[in-house]
Formats: sequence, structure tokens, C-alpha cells
Amino acid sequence: MRVPLSWLKEYVDIGDISVDELAERLTLAGLEVVGIERIGDWWDRDKIFVGQIVRVDPHPNADRLTLPTVEYGGPEPITVVTGAPNIRVGDVGQKVALALAGAVLIDGYSEDRRKTVLKPTKIRGVRSAGMVCSERELGLSDSHEGILILPDDAPVGMPLADYLGDVVFDLDLTPNLARCFSIIGVAREVAALLGRPLKVEEPTMEATGPSIEGQIDLEIADPDLCARYTAALIKGVKIGPSPWWMQRRLTLAGMRPINNIVDITNYVMLEWGQPLHAFDYHVLRPRPGKTHPPAIIVRRARPGEKMTTLDGVERQLNEDMLLICDGAGPVAIAGVMGGLESEVTEQTTDILLESANFDAINNRRTAQVLRMNTEASARFGRGIAPSMTVRAARRAAQLMRELAGGEIAQGLADLYPRPQQTVGVTFTTAEVERILGVRMSVDEIVDILRRLEFQCRVEGETIHAAVPDHRLDVRIPADIMEELARIYGYDRIPSTLLADELPPQRRFHQLETEEFIRDVLAGCGLQEVITYSLTSLEVEGRLYPEGESPRPADYIRLANPLTSEREYLRRSLKAGLLATAAANLRHTPQVSIFEIGAVFEPVEGELLPREPMRLAMAMAGPRQPLAWHTPAPENMDFFDLKGVIEVLMERLGLDEAAYEPAQEMPFLPGRAAVVRIGEDVAGIFGEVHPLVKERFELPSVPVCLAEFNLDLLVRSAKRTPYVESLPRYPGVAEDIAVVVDREVPAEQVRKAIMEAGAPLLRRADLFDVYQGPQIPENKKNLAFSLLYQAPDRTLTDEEVRRYHQRIVQHLEKTLGATLRA
Amino acid sequence: MTADLHELEQRASAELAQVSDLQALEQWRLRYLGKKGEVTLAVRSVGQLPPAERPAYGKLANEVKGRLEAAYEARLEVLKQEEVERALRAAAVDVTLPGRRPAVGRLHPSTQTLREIYHIFTQMGFQIYRSREVETDEYNFELLNMPPHHPARDMWDTFYINKDVVMRTHTSPGQIHVMRAYYPEPIRAILPGKCYRYEQVTVRSEHMFHQVEGLAVGKHITMADLKGTMIHFARQMFGPERKLRFRCSHFPFTEPSVEVDMDCILCGGKGCSLCKHTGWLEIAGAGMVHPVVLRNGGYDPNEWSGFAFGMGIERIAMLKNHIEDIRYFFSNDLRFLGQFH
Ligand SMILES: [Zn+2]
Repeated sequence: MRVPLSWLKEYVDIGDISVDELAERLTLAGLEVVGIERIGDWWDRDKIFVGQIVRVDPHPNADRLTLPTVEYGGPEPITVVTGAPNIRVGDVGQKVALALAGAVLIDGYSEDRRKTVLKPTKIRGVRSAGMVCSERELGLSDSHEGILILPDDAPVGMPLADYLGDVVFDLDLTPNLARCFSIIGVAREVAALLGRPLKVEEPTMEATGPSIEGQIDLEIADPDLCARYTAALIKGVKIGPSPWWMQRRLTLAGMRPINNIVDITNYVMLEWGQPLHAFDYHVLRPRPGKTHPPAIIVRRARPGEKMTTLDGVERQLNEDMLLICDGAGPVAIAGVMGGLESEVTEQTTDILLESANFDAINNRRTAQVLRMNTEASARFGRGIAPSMTVRAARRAAQLMRELAGGEIAQGLADLYPRPQQTVGVTFTTAEVERILGVRMSVDEIVDILRRLEFQCRVEGETIHAAVPDHRLDVRIPADIMEELARIYGYDRIPSTLLADELPPQRRFHQLETEEFIRDVLAGCGLQEVITYSLTSLEVEGRLYPEGESPRPADYIRLANPLTSEREYLRRSLKAGLLATAAANLRHTPQVSIFEIGAVFEPVEGELLPREPMRLAMAMAGPRQPLAWHTPAPENMDFFDLKGVIEVLMERLGLDEAAYEPAQEMPFLPGRAAVVRIGEDVAGIFGEVHPLVKERFELPSVPVCLAEFNLDLLVRSAKRTPYVESLPRYPGVAEDIAVVVDREVPAEQVRKAIMEAGAPLLRRADLFDVYQGPQIPENKKNLAFSLLYQAPDRTLTDEEVRRYHQRIVQHLEKTLGATLRA
Repeated sequence: MTADLHELEQRASAELAQVSDLQALEQWRLRYLGKKGEVTLAVRSVGQLPPAERPAYGKLANEVKGRLEAAYEARLEVLKQEEVERALRAAAVDVTLPGRRPAVGRLHPSTQTLREIYHIFTQMGFQIYRSREVETDEYNFELLNMPPHHPARDMWDTFYINKDVVMRTHTSPGQIHVMRAYYPEPIRAILPGKCYRYEQVTVRSEHMFHQVEGLAVGKHITMADLKGTMIHFARQMFGPERKLRFRCSHFPFTEPSVEVDMDCILCGGKGCSLCKHTGWLEIAGAGMVHPVVLRNGGYDPNEWSGFAFGMGIERIAMLKNHIEDIRYFFSNDLRFLGQFH
């Protein structure tokens, strides 16, 4: 909403408050000023004036130039040269904007609206002491066809900045501020904020024509969508341009002047906030079978109905849309836009003026479906008080009489099936203190509310406030609290820390464990990333084997995606992490990343999906950065990622985590594993299959990827370890090397060793795996470092030998292992 | 004969002066003071002299031996010292060479900012509560006092799954969840999480972002408490000198509603491009919980009151770390992420 200050001042005296201060007061009160346009603030008061042409002579050397002599209040009139087509030889009396040499103006011929200093020049041999200015040269508009002609009553000699300079506030209004979509609405707020009177009179009209009775056949067929329909009839208007002052205000407010009738409807809408529509009375048809009077019927559209709106577009209507119809068919989409047929034209003489009230929700929906966000629907869609129709009708009719020479029919046609009820809100001073935390007296409260035009009745500490009819947004005491707070000033409300009872405190174990995992992984050198939840099936599909693709039914899909890349909700973090790795590997040699986030799984028969949490990791590139001490670092592989996973399992107290070979996409067979915790699969990890790498445009180095069911990890984690006492007696270290079949997993051998060595064997650490010469084919040699230790004594050599022997025998028996010398 | 001794001492002393390492010193010792060394032999040769010459010669020979031994010890000390110094010099490193760094991981800036916020609010007795990202229209809008076609719904551009299900546009549905979970206890909760908006991705806007909602419900909670809590937060987060202003605004789920502005951290309020020349930065939307919302959560608005606030985590991080492009957050370029501590 654009609010010219000069217009605002017509309704409220702002005194000596500066523009910036007023803007801040409005902003703090909820009418956010997002821009202040200062028109003419750069016009030099000593060099640019309102002037009057006293004579226009021909230019001796050029047909297309003229020499106006202009009176401007200086010692004597000056003569300038102009090429303006709207100044002709012999003209006299026009008011113009005169700039003297030295004035700064916009170069009317520059593309970028550059400012230049006006110098005295000779044009085709004639000296020009100044310039008569176009709108573009003054920065008022782009118009450069002719010079700006000011109204006849413009005072000669007044600095133009004082006459034409203005300030326009650009307000960004929240949906509750429907009442401020008008200059009077804003003025009312300013008056309340400043404690000054609002200078607005109830509009009246001088109706001298025959009564409207019998001249219009009005019917509201759907009163649920039309609370009121008011019409005035103005006959004998003469269509033409509206006066300069009205055009100027419309332009400043951001609307384009059209003709006097249309401009008046727009002007009154801007002034009062009530949209109006002017029909050409003679185009309106009576009901079928009748010859008179023309009919207006407010009804819902019929199935398949169409109409062509003012902008020349044919609109397909639906049965939820409210129409204004005449006896033959639709003439307007109610509160959105008029129809082309009944539009006011040059030939129009008689006007039927509509001032109606339409249902806000229905109007908004219609405007949205038709994608027609008009000035009218912007206002109806937010809600307007039905009491407003009569005021606006009278005001517009009177202006049509004054500015278009029309005669107003006596009376108004006014159907009002659902009269507005006065709303009362009752509250106490204690309620004000309970919500705002500040004690206000009854007098203070009543003063604020009266400034906002509430009628207050006081009973002790109780206040009964009658809400003014233009305030549709105030219904309950909480609404009154906001009115009090914003006028009283939020800065005057004290600041306190919560002193209320402390609620029962609970720990949030899930989050605590998640945060712990984040720290563990960062400690392992992994960088956390956060990728989008929204993805595409194309990207998800890169994880699948060739020929297979993800099933859309497994995914949640947006009904209104922004782009096809962000159409589906992810079911895993894998693709996002690989894409992130690929993007980074283009400029960074090494990537170690992890992500914790929700994935989305539709559930048959349920409205909402499951949102399990996942943890994923990806690692690729050199193990150490290239450095003077590591000139040829090796690339990370399966075991680098497994090391991280082992640390994580250990830190989560998940000693029982077991690893089994896995064979599924997107992993490379033979270099992938699932992680089991008891019966449950907690996650899967491994090196990524070359086909998948190719689809993600990953480089040739091994790329490791893992994904875990985070909820399972959190559920299984044992965050509180039982601490064992430190050993008090020395241990005995021994090595053992055994040859077993190649297929026997090392972990199985280690477990067998631990079993046989119990309880004195404390550790068995694999330190060598060997296959090759000296070992039979299909066999491998595993070497373990063993530690024997007893809690209560120093072990004897004999004891250790006995245990060692037992281990060897057990391995031979259970795994067919042989001892290697 | 004594002349020979003098000559021997002079020669040995001169040679000793030339000795420059421990190996040469040992050779010198063997030559002069060893079992078969010249000085040892000279001392031993005293027996072959006529008895009359023996005392004088013997005394001198022992004196010469004593002096050379002392000189040897002194020289040995010096050379050992030199050897140690040489070894140290050889082992010295260029301390400007880069060290061997352990692998370093970091947390995402959104996580780091969330944690700071958790710390500040948990100290005030707020607890963290999370709720789902795919929400019903009912929780995202209706229970928050926005029936279908409410004009305020236009304030959020919404991703729809279908007519009843949306990607949550804010963390505010968590208000209803937490109230229904905790009723009839008083509440102090912060509700973090991802939110989604149907918005073109630009330098200033993302279709996904994190928000933290705050909610306090009790029997004596006022607008003054909201002010105090927000001021405390801003000063903990952005520095003790920060000033706030509370500007009337509108959210359907709070009444009264305010925008919380902080004096610009870059220009201190004078006006700059960061604050769009207003001197103020918007950091949160807030207000007193609307009676309808309290009732939808199970709390009788005549008995209970509460405040709520919501803020964008990436926006807070952008202000704090002078980040100029919100798209950096989820494009996960390690050159961006690696700049956080
Ligand atoms: Zn600034």
C-alpha cells in the first residue's frame, strides 16, 4: 500500500514530526514502512519554481522550437527555448515548472536517468536562460512527450519542491490490517498513535435527479456470499480526463489514471478502502420478458458459464464463484473484475455505481483460482466492513456530480440481507496485566481505545469496549491486548526473566545420543553435512543395479514440486552423500563426511509417513593429505571406513556389533558388510560399485559409503559402561600363528582363541594376515598377539603353556588349523 | 735427557692443540699416554739412567705426564661438549615445516548454531522437543488458528503432499504436539527442526531451512517475560551490548504478535547494506500464544498464558558469521564447511 504524505495530511495533522519518525512510529505499531520515496527532495528551492507562461514567441531559426516567456516571481520574466509539442505560439497562462540555470535536473535523454546541472545555452542562435521541465526531467515519471502543465491554481513563484514535492510511504501490511488498505485507514492509525483528531467527515451526496426507485431491479440470490449490495445511479456524465490533482494522487498511490469515472472509483477505493465498480447503465439488460428496468442479480456462477473480463480475457467460471449478472448474464466477477461488455466507454452517459460487500474467503479463492490479484480482490479478500458501502457510494456519486457533471438519482438501492453486528469485548485491568505484564490504569486503557474509536463503558476495573465497525479483526480480549500494547508502546513494557514455576525437567536421550555420535564422528575426522530432504527418482535410481529403478509408490511425492530435481522425499541418505562427495571431489582430493537426518517412508493406509532417522558416512581419497612427510599417501578403502565404524560401535558400548559380508547395490561385492547388533541389521557399508560411481560421476579412487539405522543405534547404545578395576598383577604376552582355510573369517578364529583361552586370556589381537609362498594354496596364516592375565596372581610359565596348548588343540579341532612354526 | 722431556712435552702439547675430534684425541692419548705411549715409556725409562740423574729426571717426567694428562682431560671435556653440540645441531628441524595433523572433522554450521541456542535456552529451563517434518494441514495450520482459506496462509508458501498433508512450513505445529504431550504441566520448550517452503532458491531464500520455536506456558507468563527472554537470548548469542526492539506484527497463532529486531551488528544501528539501511535486523517472530491455540493444546486460556517465538537458524548463523549466501548451507562445499571452528 502506497501512502502519499500530502494525501494523508488531509485527514490528520502530523505537526512537526519528521518523516523518519512517523515511519518508525508506523512500523513499530505494525504498519511496516518498507520504503520511503521522497519526491522532489532534491529540487533546488532557489532554482525550480512554479511559473506561468506570459507569452510564447516563435523561434526565428527553427519551426519546431518555441520561445515561452515565463513569470516566476523573479525580478522579471525569463525567456527559454523549448521543443515541447504541448506549447504553441500564442499560448498564455499555463502554469509550468521552470528551472533556472544552475538547477540540477535529470537528463531527459539519458538511459540511466543521470542528473546534470542546467547551464545557460544558445539553441539555434537564441539564448535560453532556463528550462520548462518535463515529468521525466523532474523525476516524476517517464513522460517526456511534453512539458509538465500544472493546475491553474498553482501559486506562481512557489518553489516547486513545496508545491509538488511529496513523500510516499510504502507499507507492507500483514493480513490482519485490512483496515489500513486505505488512506483514511492509515490516517486513523496515525491519529491514534499521535493522539490527534481524525479530520474525516461522513460523505454526503447532492441528489437532484428522480429517485432510483424503479430504475434498477436488484436481487441478491446468494446472500451467504454478499452481505450487502448498494447502488447509486448517476445520469448525464461526461467522460473525460479526471482533474490533475486526482490523477496526481492516483499516480503517487501507484494507479494509472484512465478517465474521470474510473478514476473516481479508484480514488474512493484508495480513500475509504471500499472497492467500487461503475457499470454503463444502458448496457445493463432487464430480466427476460421485461423491457425495464435493468437488472442486477448477485449469484453463483452456473456450471460451464464463461465471461470476458475487462482485460479482454475469456474466463472459465466455476460454481463457487460469485457473479454480478444483469437480466441476460454475467457482467462482473464479484469483487474481482468487471466484464468487458458493461465497461464505461467514451459514449457512456449514465452510470450504475456498485458499492457492495462480498465474502472474503470466497473472494480470495476466486481470485486465486483465476490468478487475478486485483486492487479490489486484495481488499475484499482481507475483509471489509459492510457498513462501508453507503459511505463510499455517496462519496463517489458526489465526485461524479462535481467532476463529470452528472446528476445523482435520489436515494440508493441498498440490499443488506446480513447486517453487521456490533461486537463488544469485556475485560478487566487484571487481564491486561496478566497478558502484558504491565499495570495500566482504567483511564490509560480507555484513552487508548477511544483514540482507536472504540466506545468504552467502565464498571470499576471492568471495561466493556464496543468495537468500531471498521475493525473486523478485534473479537476477543487478546485482540484488545494487542491494541493496547502497540499504542502504549512495546518499549514501555518492562523486560523480565521467567519467574513462573519451573516445569518438570526431562532428559532427551535420543538427541543426546545423536549429538554424541556427531562428536565421535567429528573426532574421527569426518565433516558433518546436511543435504536436502527433497530429491528426484533419477538421483535415487543411480543407487540401483542397471535395469532396475526405484518404485514411485515407495516414495512420498510433492503435489506441487518447485522443480523435478526436488519432487520426492528421500528414503535414504546414500544418494545425497554420494552426490555431495562427487561435487567436492571435483576440487578437493579427500572427502570424509557424515550426515544425520530423517528419511521418509510411506505407510500403507496411514496419512503420514514414518520418519526414521538415519546416519550415513562417505569417505574417499588419500588417507593423509599430501605433505612433505607424506609425499605419496595411499587412498582410503574399506578398512578406513570400518575403523571409523568400529570406533563408533565401541563408543556406543555396542561390543556385540558383528560384521557379515553383504552383497547388494550400491556396494562392490566382496568389499561390503552388514553390521548386526544381535538379530537386527544396524547398517551396511562398503566400497561403492564402479557402475554406481560412474552414475554419480565419482573419480576412480575407492569410495566408501555407510548407512545406519540411527534409531536402532540409539536404542541399543549402552552409554554407561561398567568400569573394571585395573590389573594388579603383570600379564604375559605371547604370539600365536595359525594356518587356516582362506574362507574362514579372521573373527571366527579370534573368537575360537578367546573361547579356548578363557578366563585367563584377556586379549587376542590380529597383527598379521599372510597368503603366498610357504603356505599351501587356499590357506592363510593368521598371527595373533595374546595377553594372559589373572586378577589375583602372577601367572606361572607352566600355566601359560597349558593355556596356549589348549588354544592350539581347540583351533585344530574346530577349524582344522595347524600351528605355524 | 731432560731436554728430551721438554721437547716431548712441547711436541705433545702442540699436537693436542691441533686435535679436533674425539677419535683424534684417543689416538693422541694412545701415542703419548697409553701403555706404550711416549710419555709412559719416558717415565718408565728412568730405571735405565744413572742413579744420580734418576730423582731429577723422574720428578720432571712425572710432572710432564701430570700436565699432559690434565691437558688431555681438559681437551676431552671441550671436545665432548663440541660433539654434543654438533649432534644437537644435526638433529635440529625447520620449525616452520607443517606438522603431521590428525584428521579433523567439524560440525555443520547449522548444528553448531543450534547447539549454541540449546545451551542458552536450556540454562533458562527450556527443554528440547522434536516433532515430525511431514505434517497434517490440521497441525500446520488449522490448530494454529488458520482455518482453510485463512488469508494468513498466504504468508507461507507451502509444499503439499496432498490436500491434508504438507511439508511443515514452520516449527509451530510442535507447539500443539508439546502442549498435548505435557498437559497439564507448565511448559518451557524449544522445538528445533527442518522446515520447507515453496520458494525459489536465491541468495536469501531456501526451500529448506532450520527453525527453532520457543514456547513457554504457565500461570503467570506475560509479554514482559517474552521481552526479557528474547533480550537475554540476543545478548548471550550476539554480545552483551545488543539492543532489541519489539515491533507490532501479526501471526495467527499469537496475539499480541511482535517482530523482534536487534540493532545491526555490523553498523551498530547507523544503517548499512546488511540491515537494508534501517539499523535493525529481524531475528525472530514472537507473541503471546493465541487463546485458540492454547485451547487446542488443552490449556484453558483463562487460567494459562504463554509466549512463543520462532527464528531461522541459518539466518542467525548468517548474521553471526557474516555469511552472504544461504545456499552455502546445504550445498556442503567443504571449502565453506571447513571455515567453521
Ligand atoms: Zn547495519
